[in-house]
Amino acid sequence: MSIIGRWRALLAEQSPVAMATVIEGPDGSLGGKLLVTPDDHEGSAGNEDLDRAVVEAARGILEGGKTETRHFGPRGQRRMEDVAVFVQSFAPPPKMYVFGAIDFASAVARVGKFLGYRVIVCDARAVFATRDRFPSADEIVVSWPDEFLQTADVDRRSVICVLTHDPKFDVPVLKAALETEAGYIGAMGSRRTHNNRTARLKEEGVSEEALERISSPIGLDIGSRTPEETAVAIAAEIIAFRTGHTGGRLAERSGPIHAPAPDVAESPDAKDARRDTAGATRDSR
Amino acid sequence: MNPVVDKVAKWREEDKKAALATVVKVERSGPLGPGTSMAVSEDGQVVGSVSGGCVEPAVFEEAMTAIETGRPKLLTYGISDDEAFGVGLTCGGIIHIFVERVDW
Repeated sequence: MSIIGRWRALLAEQSPVAMATVIEGPDGSLGGKLLVTPDDHEGSAGNEDLDRAVVEAARGILEGGKTETRHFGPRGQRRMEDVAVFVQSFAPPPKMYVFGAIDFASAVARVGKFLGYRVIVCDARAVFATRDRFPSADEIVVSWPDEFLQTADVDRRSVICVLTHDPKFDVPVLKAALETEAGYIGAMGSRRTHNNRTARLKEEGVSEEALERISSPIGLDIGSRTPEETAVAIAAEIIAFRTGHTGGRLAERSGPIHAPAPDVAESPDAKDARRDTAGATRDSR
Repeated sequence: MNPVVDKVAKWREEDKKAALATVVKVERSGPLGPGTSMAVSEDGQVVGSVSGGCVEPAVFEEAMTAIETGRPKLLTYGISDDEAFGVGLTCGGIIHIFVERVDW
């Protein structure tokens, strides 16, 4: 199979793959191509030594779901600039976990799909967590939210929306959410619900620092009323969280609209982790 | 599923020559991020895009040339008056696009 054929096949089955291309370098090296998966690679950037360096770099980039250019020496040496290699990651879509199978959840699930997330809806009540109510969700799980979350595959690109606004459910699920690396954790509820929930979480021994990771009440302040409007406010907050922006009207601001991509590699603390939150990056499908 | 990759793979199966143009770097404000791509077939079909429409016609020509010569090229497009061909971005950004014939 050609490299392009294999690339298409991997994308179709949503397997992680990185494509590395030599975009600058000595004559004849331009256009060198390496397809890299976590387990193997195909093609060549020019020579075996360079291939070895590029494959290693590409696997690291793929793990973070990033797209970037790296420089090497002609034989793959580090700290040399002769060869520029563009590496593009195609990672499986990030996940959005939605807890509480209410009408708001249905709208949030829809907007999550629209943004490119794999959407998983979970509720303990089988009568609410149904395919009829969530036609756009990728998975519908009937389970206690906290129990489900403990076994779920949550990474730094994942977002968690807790919409149950019932202390019986949301306190345990938020505690479980704080145990994960999730880049965004939001909890729905009025100010009163929020205050009550915060007090209960503190009683359960959750630290102030951990509480700061929870966006509660969930969403940007755009005056949303309906489930759809609320879903837009939540989606906007998820995007703003990832990019490190605060929301507000562009018309009332100056400066660049597309801020430079934040550097997420420096430290894994919550602040950095949140910038790494998922969204529909151009590389996800 | 990526429509550009999908289409190029299909063209290759039909033994149709094709070129791929990929945004590899964006400086300042730019409409589409790195990794965004557009492909052109030897009979002039186009899929995808690399900007908000500002540079596509120029990239199309470069892609056709790449199909013919097989020589890949790194292109840079900036603000209109910096460019020899008067092709540029109204947003004030600079985009770097790598164009290559797909024979892999």
